[in-house]
Amino acid sequence: MQRTPIIQAQNLYYEIANHDHYIRILQGLNLTISAGEQVAIIGSSGSGKSTLLSLLAGLDVPTSGQVLVEMKSFSSLDEDGRALVRARNMSFVFQSFQLLPALTALENVMLPLQLTQHIDARELSLQALDAVGLSQRVQHYPKQLSGGEQQRVAIARAFATKPRILFADEPTGNLDNATGEIIIDLLFKMNSDANTTLILVTHDMQLANRCQRRLQLDNGVLTDLV
Amino acid sequence: MNAIFKLAYLQTCSLWRAGALRVLVFALVLAVAAITAVSFFTQRIDTALNQQGSLLLGADLVLSANHVLADNFEQRATKLGLASVRSYEFPSMVMFGNSSQLVEIKAVGQGFPLRGDLTIGATTNEVGQVVKTAPKLGQVWVEPRLAHLLNLQVGSVVEVGERKFSVSAILLHEPSRGGDMFGFAPRLMMNAADLASTKLLQYGSRAKFQLLLAASPEKVNQYFKLTQPELTHGEKIQDLRNARPEIKLALEKAQQFLGLSAMVSVILAMVAMLLSSMPYIKQSLDSFALMRCFGASQNKVMQFLAIQTLLIAFFSALIGITLGFIAQLGLAQLAASLFVEALPPASLMPMLVGMIASLAMMFAVVLPHAWQMQHISTMNILRRETLMQPLSVQLKFLPAALTMSAMLFWQAQDFKIALATIGVILLLCLLVIVCAYGFVSLTARLLTLSPQNHTLNAVKLGVLGLKRRFVISTIQMIGFSMGLMVLILLALIRGDLINNWQASLPVDAPNRFVINIQPSQIDGIHQFFAHQHIKNAAVFPMVKARFISKNGMRVKPEDFNDERARHLAEREFNLSWAMKMQSDNQLQSGHWWNASDEGKPYISLEQDLAKTLGIKLGDQLEFEIAGSPITLTVTSLRKVEWDSMRVNFFAVTPPGVLEHFNANYISSFHLPFQVDGPLNLLLRQYPNLTIIDVAALMQQIRGIMQKMSSTVQYVFAFSLIAGSAVLYAALVATHEERILDATLLRVFGASRRQVAIAYVAEFSCIGLVAALVAVIAANLLAYYMSAHIFNIPFTFNFSLALLALLISAAIIPFAAWLGLRRFLNIPPRQLLNSI
Repeated sequence: MQRTPIIQAQNLYYEIANHDHYIRILQGLNLTISAGEQVAIIGSSGSGKSTLLSLLAGLDVPTSGQVLVEMKSFSSLDEDGRALVRARNMSFVFQSFQLLPALTALENVMLPLQLTQHIDARELSLQALDAVGLSQRVQHYPKQLSGGEQQRVAIARAFATKPRILFADEPTGNLDNATGEIIIDLLFKMNSDANTTLILVTHDMQLANRCQRRLQLDNGVLTDLV
Repeated sequence: MNAIFKLAYLQTCSLWRAGALRVLVFALVLAVAAITAVSFFTQRIDTALNQQGSLLLGADLVLSANHVLADNFEQRATKLGLASVRSYEFPSMVMFGNSSQLVEIKAVGQGFPLRGDLTIGATTNEVGQVVKTAPKLGQVWVEPRLAHLLNLQVGSVVEVGERKFSVSAILLHEPSRGGDMFGFAPRLMMNAADLASTKLLQYGSRAKFQLLLAASPEKVNQYFKLTQPELTHGEKIQDLRNARPEIKLALEKAQQFLGLSAMVSVILAMVAMLLSSMPYIKQSLDSFALMRCFGASQNKVMQFLAIQTLLIAFFSALIGITLGFIAQLGLAQLAASLFVEALPPASLMPMLVGMIASLAMMFAVVLPHAWQMQHISTMNILRRETLMQPLSVQLKFLPAALTMSAMLFWQAQDFKIALATIGVILLLCLLVIVCAYGFVSLTARLLTLSPQNHTLNAVKLGVLGLKRRFVISTIQMIGFSMGLMVLILLALIRGDLINNWQASLPVDAPNRFVINIQPSQIDGIHQFFAHQHIKNAAVFPMVKARFISKNGMRVKPEDFNDERARHLAEREFNLSWAMKMQSDNQLQSGHWWNASDEGKPYISLEQDLAKTLGIKLGDQLEFEIAGSPITLTVTSLRKVEWDSMRVNFFAVTPPGVLEHFNANYISSFHLPFQVDGPLNLLLRQYPNLTIIDVAALMQQIRGIMQKMSSTVQYVFAFSLIAGSAVLYAALVATHEERILDATLLRVFGASRRQVAIAYVAEFSCIGLVAALVAVIAANLLAYYMSAHIFNIPFTFNFSLALLALLISAAIIPFAAWLGLRRFLNIPPRQLLNSI
């Protein structure tokens, strides 16, 4: 059965200026991801994985080419337009957790819900924290939590908004193996429960193998790994 | 919008709870408190002058002159239906038993005051009763200060001129008196009808003759329009708009000076804000980047930032204004009495000033980062790539520098003064940088050459830490030294300058001046000198003259730009004559006369006066003396040693030129301390004489200067606190870096003691350099003021300098040590994890 494409990249190029010349990070990249898919983008450090992720998420704009979300042009929208699409459809888990140190765990999870003026922000946030096993730590600040706990808060935050697409950029990059395993199990479970499209960037083959589809990014070119 | 406001409010509260805003808010509160304290204080005095103008005048209109006013002024007033009363003010002596005292006599007609009222009582510390009348004939009212000085009570009999009067009340409140600065001598009030019988007002007596008027505004206006064009030299008319210009001028200067003093606090507070804003901005950038990730539009994020900035500015302003209001109560207590007797309540205007200042400062700090957010992509912020593309230092501080400069110019209301203030601040910064660089380099070099031991190695680490964080350490030094410098300078001015001046006078320098000596009394005065073995005391003639023209061109005060020149051009000159030039005068140009020049129309001028009025050798000056013109040629210019305390004159002629005019005489002489008996005898013999005790006068001046310097010190206390805030903000800004340094040292084997020594050494250097610069700068300024403004000798106050150095070198490292102490007991691994 053919799934609906939820996110597409067409002939994507991305270059950065370096003194008197340009460095090409992505070269004519094409990609289609269907709704509900779990996709891993693998590549060595500096291969452009995070750049590709940021373009797919509309956090940056390509040098040329375009990104489509639900068959509609996404990268050609202005910053506010892209933000609106993100607010309605996307969520994130970062390698460095990106929790705000001045906010408690609960306040960190509530943040994206408050942005979209969700009425039940607090209730939904408490539920999300409960789902990641941190209902006893809701009033703690990030510096009072371990790395694994912080990433669980980040996962709770990501899923609290019930996104259609979840971007995870090296989610276990700052964690030890054991904790990383727990986090990944949690991430995949919640993803499966929510039926979210998962786009995961990693250099870890073992982690990538847990996804339905694996793409290798090398010299700016994307290849499907069978 | 509501949702954004709520979110911004909640996040601001979270930031506050997490401690990210504390130093920023503290600095902002301090700046607002300093500005509003001064603003409340000066605005209250301003209101007193504006709203209470008629009370300060005692009337709606006052005609004043230095001679008896012609009757037609009073006749016109009667004709137009204005109420009128005459008054006379002049200094004189009052005697009680064997004691005498210089007083300011005010003789008033019935009906005084026409506006406002007086308060009198039976004792000096009672509420009293309000009256609207003059003292009865044969009676006087005395101010509490005079009652204390002469030990007077109601019923005491005092001698005023050739009459005796009974003290019938203590004059508790006289609104038209003004503050301490405008009434050196205590007040004695009497009935104008008694004045003639005292025989105090003689030819040449310096007195203010006034006609007070009151009526409806239309009649007052009509009288003003008719009378103003008729006024001649020595006459002026004051209405509510220009009541008591001397107080208004003093207030303007005070407003300017105190305002600039408060600006020092504002500048320091802004430096503290800029330093302490770094953690806040960093967290905000992260927050806004995340918000954009989760779908907030750029507009929403900007709104969020604006609301957060407004909330911080608003609440800080509220606290600052409250503290400023409380602080101005202290200012009012210290200094209000210098200007006026009573202050009205404060108005709301300073609150608006405080609020605007708070908003301006907060936006100046936040603006560069708002710009930054708009021009860097979200992903770059999340990846910390802002660290690689920071705003240049100049751009980051430019809005703050512009805001500070704008506030300085607004406060100074004078381009030159604002520019001079900025210049002094920049010079101080330069001095700190030079001293800091020199000190650190020298210390580091010395330590390298010193023998190796644990303690010295630790000290070396501290000095190297200072070198590594040179920019921020210099900012800390500037902050602290600015506040300290001004406090030291004020301490020097308050005590040392006056003491040094007095100490520079010869032991037998004249300490009494006698004025209003009549020609018939000269022989008696000489006999008094002989009897008391007073040597080197001469009696000098004085003729009042008005300066009319120079080389045939009429002299008008408005022709001069210089304030002093205008004042000199409109005041009366005291001309004298002498054959010999006084020993404390030096001829600068021209020639002094000899016996053959007697009677020739020559004049010798003091050189600074000549320069101010643009007069040169050979100029023909026309004067008017008692209605008669006389033209004199300038034949010499002299330098006068005014602080010899001997009688000297700006303008002197040869004998035989002025003798046919009415003159009175003046003398100065030395009497040992508190030997007043002979003087009282002299006063009994010649009751019209006025004797000025220089020592007592200096005591009063000292008192006023102490009040003034206390006021300024009070305002500069804000600067010292702001300087401490800079210190603390710099600590906060470098906190993680310092903890990491200290932790890594411990990881690599340094003991906690060594780490503590390194830390204390670093901050001791900061304290020492700050204090050194403050002491040097303060003494340089004090020297400049002594040499070029006051012309008195300067002496370096070693003990004050040492005290400042010791306090700074102790307090600053102690404060820093308190911040580090708790981290020394935490295992290094935990610290490394938490950073």
